[in-house]
Amino acid sequence: MSPGLLAELAKTFALISIIAVGGATATVPEIHRQVVETLHWMDDSTFANLLAVSQIAPGPNVMIVGMIGWQVAGGAGLTVAMLAMLAPSCVLAFAAGRTMRRFSKQRVAVAARQALAPVAVGLILASGFVVAHAADRTALTIGITAGMTIFIVLTRANPFFGILAGAALGILAGRTGLFCLI
Amino acid sequence: MNESIGLSETAAKKITHRDLFLVFAKIGLLGFGGVTPWLRRVLVEERAWLDDRELAELFGFASSLPGANTVSIAVMLGDRYQGPSGTIAAVLGLLGMPLLILFGVASFYGRFADLADLKNAIAGAAAATAGLVIGNGIKMARNMKPDIFAYLIGALVFVAAAVLQLPLLWTLLAVVPASVLILTVRNRAR
Repeated sequence: MSPGLLAELAKTFALISIIAVGGATATVPEIHRQVVETLHWMDDSTFANLLAVSQIAPGPNVMIVGMIGWQVAGGAGLTVAMLAMLAPSCVLAFAAGRTMRRFSKQRVAVAARQALAPVAVGLILASGFVVAHAADRTALTIGITAGMTIFIVLTRANPFFGILAGAALGILAGRTGLFCLI
Repeated sequence: MNESIGLSETAAKKITHRDLFLVFAKIGLLGFGGVTPWLRRVLVEERAWLDDRELAELFGFASSLPGANTVSIAVMLGDRYQGPSGTIAAVLGLLGMPLLILFGVASFYGRFADLADLKNAIAGAAAATAGLVIGNGIKMARNMKPDIFAYLIGALVFVAAAVLQLPLLWTLLAVVPASVLILTVRNRAR
């Protein structure tokens, strides 16, 4: 691997980091445009596979960037890509958090917090419905989503059991062939 | 006026570097297909570091900054409780183990990708995760006791993001400054 390639990785993801409002998930189309269409580092199906792997693995969705770095330039590529993606936005978040705290009693900051809280709830509900739209293709998966929603709203039990139950139902449905899941 | 402290100086609870590392490691490890649903579970329900309104404020703030939301929240909470070194502890916790696991998954994925059971399990888990996200949103809205204007902002953002699927940046640029302006004027009038 060449230093030039690592520099290119660093430049690409540092730029994406600065525009990545909405996190890595919202930025996937832009990452795809750069990595596949502009830089030709990989083809479409490789990109889709890396995306799937990063979704299966635990951790924030920003891990897709590490997977791309790994694909392009191995361990060094993974490290460079992750650092380039994380450092600018972390520094910004650090500075922004401190600024917000310093001015927390100011009228505008109070209003900003009042405004941002419902914005966040709107965004969270929207992402829930977008994920549901992508995930729910059959009556069974719609049922799982609805059941999980009720489970979360009505209990304080650990959501992990719900996820586990969803996975088990998926396997069961596939094995028995009772539902066409996918 | 609400006295919430989501982004403000708060009486520091005894939250150590170790707490920061472990809590964010848990959030990172639990998050299959995204970690944000687990933020609420761990930070609000299990640890009570924040209440729903504080988390919503923090999440809304992180959403309007570039970068991964959970990473930004780890940065800001780490700094709040333990300064810059707390930030490092929280971010390392959030990303450390998942990075190691990623290597493992990457090397095994090719071999197992075609297993029907795995595909079905992932499809079922993804459907459940969607329910987790929606349930979280409903709980947060309920616990924040929103007024009419808050409902309006939330609904506007929801429609823009979920129904119209507008780019997030435009939605935020349109909704946030306008809401801040209106709320500033309204707060002053009280």
